[in-house]
Amino acid sequence: MKIAQKTIRFLTIAVIAVITSTTFASEADRKDHPQKDGGQVNTQAEVKAYIKHHLKDSHDFTFFSYSTDSGERKHFGFSLPVIIWSSEGLVAFMSSEFHHNDDGHVIVEKKGLKFAKIHSQIYEIDKGATVVSFDEAHHATNAHKTLDFSITKSVVGILFAGLLMFLGFSRLAKQYKTREVPKGFGRVLEPLVIYVRDEIARPNIGEKKYKKFMSFLLTVFFFIWILNLLGLTPLGFNVTGQIAVTVCLALFTMVIYLTNGTRDFWAHTLWMPGVPYILRPILAIIELAGFILIKPFSLLVRLFANITAGHFVVMSLIALMVTLKEAFGPVASTGISLALALFIMVIEILVAFLQAFIFTMLSSLFIGMAVEEHEHH
Amino acid sequence: METLLNDFSPGLFFMQLVILIILLFLMKKFAWKPILNSLEERETGIEDALKAAENARKEMQNLQADNDRLIKEARAERDAMMKEAREIKDSIISEAKEDAKEVTSALIEKAQASIQQEKQSALAEIKKSVAELSIGIAETVIKKELSNKKDQLELVEGILKDVTLN
Repeated sequence: MKIAQKTIRFLTIAVIAVITSTTFASEADRKDHPQKDGGQVNTQAEVKAYIKHHLKDSHDFTFFSYSTDSGERKHFGFSLPVIIWSSEGLVAFMSSEFHHNDDGHVIVEKKGLKFAKIHSQIYEIDKGATVVSFDEAHHATNAHKTLDFSITKSVVGILFAGLLMFLGFSRLAKQYKTREVPKGFGRVLEPLVIYVRDEIARPNIGEKKYKKFMSFLLTVFFFIWILNLLGLTPLGFNVTGQIAVTVCLALFTMVIYLTNGTRDFWAHTLWMPGVPYILRPILAIIELAGFILIKPFSLLVRLFANITAGHFVVMSLIALMVTLKEAFGPVASTGISLALALFIMVIEILVAFLQAFIFTMLSSLFIGMAVEEHEHH
Repeated sequence: METLLNDFSPGLFFMQLVILIILLFLMKKFAWKPILNSLEERETGIEDALKAAENARKEMQNLQADNDRLIKEARAERDAMMKEAREIKDSIISEAKEDAKEVTSALIEKAQASIQQEKQSALAEIKKSVAELSIGIAETVIKKELSNKKDQLELVEGILKDVTLN
């Protein structure tokens, strides 16, 4: 009951925060830059662009957008702080200053520098120029990327997932002080922790050494799982589909297994015993490449590609509603789209767990390889 | 590959790294350590309890076996004692019988001997009294010197009547 009450309180606060910050976008927005089509997504190309836009990180948190009868585009959501390391040092402002523009037409001036947002990335415009000019491939020619430490939508998602994890599991931890067996939501979380320990860590790392890596494996498992699931909600997060996030996770795993490698591990990697001497350097190169490049790369790409593909497929299937309207009529296209999207959504829920599981499983497998004590003959 | 690199945001990478490290630290301190420790404690507790139960069961079995053994021994001892007692009883009875036989036969012998003796002395006494009586009769007969034989016979008969053999 207590957990439910707290959740309700949290949600209320969140909703209030959202509502108070929503109206920012509509005020001065589209008077200067009216969109001709009212922001509607009707053609295949527009659908593709929309999906591509969604798959990228965003500097605003938009729940949904709509157009009024007068063609004014309204966005329901809230802006997030933009923090960038420019040539003049740290610059911070709210993303609302870009007025939801994403093609470099709105220019924000701070500290005498001009910034534009192009495809969800903040560019610093070179001195002297006033507008961004593009080449044929739509690359900015007179602007360069900045180091972007903004609290983007993904960062919000990461923080939100971290908060959920921390609240859920610290509560479970507290329960053990007074009772042997947890109750309420802890009863759901406990078997998951035991699952990670007994099915993932123990068999792969080994009974003796698994304890040291439990914190990392548990954190990563729940972090990825929660973010995968958040990605399936209408909040529209795509955190585990951000290559930067998966790179970070994979590098973390790599650092852990490289720093914990035993003498045996390095001996077998760099100077494989029982193999002709000529082959040993070649094997060493292969093994090193495997542990430093291939294994982390497979980890990061697998997670990134699965989640991105999942989002892409679900959004495309939802878009069938629009793209098939001409051919099948509104009812049939909606039906087809709903049925297929529902089907894929169910699979995606499975994939959300599966990818978290695979990432943790492979991480523990690699750690297990590194900490394994070989028997000497 | 180029789009992948283009999409890679160093800023987001940095934010994720910082947040993940902080999250790892917080989760380790406030969640994973206490959770895993109490899970382990509980598991060892359960294991110990199971072991204790198993030990108790074995002990019970041992006790049961001991009891059975003791009962068996006691029963055997009782049987042996009973047998011994019976033997002792039998031997006592037979001994007593023998003793009694000896005693009775001795008594009988003694009695017979004394009877014999009594008989001898009685006979001797009879002989003596018969001799005395015959002497007396002879005396009287001689003393009286009866005229006729008839009187003499009557006298002898009369005397004999008086002297009924004791």
